[in-house]
Amino acid sequence: MTDIAASSFVRQDLVSERAAPVKTTGFVGFVRTRLLNSPTNILLTILGLLLVWYIVVPSIKFLLVDAVWSGNDRTACLAENAGRPVGACWPFIQAKSTQLFYGFYPEAERWRVNLTFALGAVLLLPLLIPRLPAKSVNAGLFFLAFPAVAFFLLHGGGIAGFGVSWVAGLLQLFADSISGAGEAVVGLSKTSAAGPALWAIGSAIVLVGTLLHWVIFPLTWLRDQMLASGQGPWPDFLITAVIVSVILFVLGGGARVGSRPLITCLATFAGIAAVIKLMGLDRGGLPIVDTRLWGGLLVTLVIAITGIVASLPIGVALALGRRSTIPLIRIFSITYIEFWRGVPLITVLFFATYMLPLFLPGNFTVDGLVRALIGVSLFTGAYQAENLRGGLAAVPRGQGEAASALGLSWWKTTSLIVLPQALRHVIPAIVNSFISLFKDTSLVSIVALFDLLGSLRASFADPVWTTPSTAFTGFAFTGIIYFIFCFGMSRYSLFVEHRLNAHRRN
Amino acid sequence: MGVEARKPPPQLALKLRRALGGKAGWNGVAVQLVFGAVLAWIAYEIISNARTNLESQHIAAGFGFLRNSASFDVNQTLIPYSGSDTYFRVFIVGVLNTLLVSVVGIFFATVIGFIVALCRLSPNWLVSRVGGLYVEAIRNLPLLFQILFWYLAVLAALPAPRQSVSVLGAFFLNNRGVIVPSPLAQPGLVPFLAMLALGVVASLALRSYARRALFDQGRAIQIWPYVLALLVGLPLVTTLVFGLPVTFEFPQLKGFNFAGGARIIPEFVALTVGLSTYTAAFIAEIVRAGILSVHKGQMEAGSSLGLSRGATLRLIVVPQAMRVIVPPLTNQYLNLTKNSSLAVAIGYPDLVSVFAGTALSQTGQAIEIIAMTMGVYLLTSLVTSAVMSVYGWRISRSLGA
Repeated sequence: MTDIAASSFVRQDLVSERAAPVKTTGFVGFVRTRLLNSPTNILLTILGLLLVWYIVVPSIKFLLVDAVWSGNDRTACLAENAGRPVGACWPFIQAKSTQLFYGFYPEAERWRVNLTFALGAVLLLPLLIPRLPAKSVNAGLFFLAFPAVAFFLLHGGGIAGFGVSWVAGLLQLFADSISGAGEAVVGLSKTSAAGPALWAIGSAIVLVGTLLHWVIFPLTWLRDQMLASGQGPWPDFLITAVIVSVILFVLGGGARVGSRPLITCLATFAGIAAVIKLMGLDRGGLPIVDTRLWGGLLVTLVIAITGIVASLPIGVALALGRRSTIPLIRIFSITYIEFWRGVPLITVLFFATYMLPLFLPGNFTVDGLVRALIGVSLFTGAYQAENLRGGLAAVPRGQGEAASALGLSWWKTTSLIVLPQALRHVIPAIVNSFISLFKDTSLVSIVALFDLLGSLRASFADPVWTTPSTAFTGFAFTGIIYFIFCFGMSRYSLFVEHRLNAHRRN
Repeated sequence: MGVEARKPPPQLALKLRRALGGKAGWNGVAVQLVFGAVLAWIAYEIISNARTNLESQHIAAGFGFLRNSASFDVNQTLIPYSGSDTYFRVFIVGVLNTLLVSVVGIFFATVIGFIVALCRLSPNWLVSRVGGLYVEAIRNLPLLFQILFWYLAVLAALPAPRQSVSVLGAFFLNNRGVIVPSPLAQPGLVPFLAMLALGVVASLALRSYARRALFDQGRAIQIWPYVLALLVGLPLVTTLVFGLPVTFEFPQLKGFNFAGGARIIPEFVALTVGLSTYTAAFIAEIVRAGILSVHKGQMEAGSSLGLSRGATLRLIVVPQAMRVIVPPLTNQYLNLTKNSSLAVAIGYPDLVSVFAGTALSQTGQAIEIIAMTMGVYLLTSLVTSAVMSVYGWRISRSLGA
């Protein structure tokens, strides 16, 4: 017993406390582990601090501390008058702000621009918040109704006719063109070696054109009657509403499917009528503001939003075309997409500005802004198609096969089963291409349109405001505007991506 | 008695139907006919309208104008050019200037992009935040905005030639551009270049020999001393024998301007800086995503095999990351080339600026000139994407094996 006690060691007192482990949490721990944990990192931290010091401090000094806040012309922003180093010249922005936001839009009409953007914001915001209901009505209003309303608000002017007149006019142009082509071929047959064959082909084409004229005769006759009646667009509107409703009713399956589609259709027409009445479109509408007077952020937003709205249907059509098994349609889609993606936007804008007028009939002039819009939409449509193709490929094959097994047609399978899923997948990619579209709108300043950047550049030319800091001030202000829009969109895209990938998080 | 096997149904008609109309069959053929007719009609309208419009403007269609004298000057040319040269030469000058700014821009964009990506991946919090700030700020501002900022704000704020900012007494920054020492070829240049080329070829051969030895026999050969000797030693020896390959003529301020040296025009500087910093932000994100795409276990496996951190990165992580990085990186190079067309905004004489800008407004040959301009960019894109699909095919083959 004692042996054991003697041979064993029993500690009598406590072991002395060890020093606390190095702190790895809190601010001190953070600094120690993330900034100063090795000699290289200490060096990097010092370098980073120097960089921040030399970039952030002068920027803040320029934008806020040394800035001039009031004045009427350049004298306020010159160092010798201020008696101190001068930073940003904010009075310059104050003086040019209307030009930067509206261009030369007449002052009395600027409420229209504000109203349009307020309307756009009211329609867009609920569309962006996933939790809010009635997405399809909301999307319809934003993508279909809003562009039309915005056009009549911003540009002004009224309408003389409605659906029947427009369709009649278009069809007549088409029939005239076919007849013209036929006559050209007949004319060619007199000099060509293959005369009789050409004559036969030409006569056949002329015949088709004449037939078409006969077919559309009721429409044109109706239009002429309505024009002669002098009642404005209302009779045309009524007839269009009746025709469209009847066609929908008959094609939609008559009374079998219930009255819901008919009510929707009639409600839509009632809405259109209300808008026409409210904006006085039947009585000439608002005073016309020529697009040459538009400028600044207005043009930037008009191009961006038109591009966004127009590129989506183009993109959907091309993406479906590229997946189609019908050879000609697939080849056309691939060629179109690869062509527009292979050339820079600026050449597309040159194409729209210089080549497009040559392709249109001589008496048909297209507004400069519209040309740019066409160019931007064609260009963005190709990129959108590639985004959507990714989304379509991500929809499992079984979805389409199940739909076919249920007996849905190709159109129904695509529009009800495949596209909705594909669109959900590619929202982040679409938003990203909207960001690049928004940035690319600045290129229109090269083809003599005054968007935000173009207006800024034009404002530098004003001798009243030439100071050494004018250019930096202008770039700082515009840069902040661009950054807010683009950064906002990229955060939104991240938010949607996060939401879509919710099931993959663990 | 067995039941005789039924004959397979005739496949020829089905195959024909499939080839002509896809899954939609004869409906598809009908759709195609209508679609083709519409396309033909649009093409007819375009051609006939263009013909009448050109006639009314008295412009002769065709490429004959390329042989006419251009009679305008270009302020930066890589090949001899004067105002009396033809429009075709203007075209070549423009293409070369586009290529020049693209190549220089790609080089700097890659360097800056990799540095920023490393910053963003750095364990150092401050450095990764600075990298992130750079990427966010650059990517959320339009490229044209940035180019104009460099050109109209930064470069215009530089002093006049007499007060130039001097860097080491050899480079001078002023509002007329950058004045750099100009190299003058000496008799030693040819042997120097020949030896350099020999060194490069020999090093490459040595490297492939060493790799084969490593893979076939497991013999690791240290080749860097030989490579160093080949790449530095050989040219050095030639220099000692034949004299210096190039001498530099340094710029000197004389009166109001510089004599000697070469001037890099401010448009080139602004465009290169704008393009390379902008594309670098995108490249940084691509590289970061590529490196993060390599699974963490790869790094751990490498260190458990006893490889050093550098060797693991070099032999295991980077090769796998490159597979992810290269395709989008090529895309960015292509974007940079296409974006170099923004030169027209600041007057750098690239293809769009001199050909689709000046030459177009002088001749009015819109269709031919814009088609040629688009063709150049399109050709570049198509060739690059063809090369990339070969690359992708090789990668998938090596993975599939």
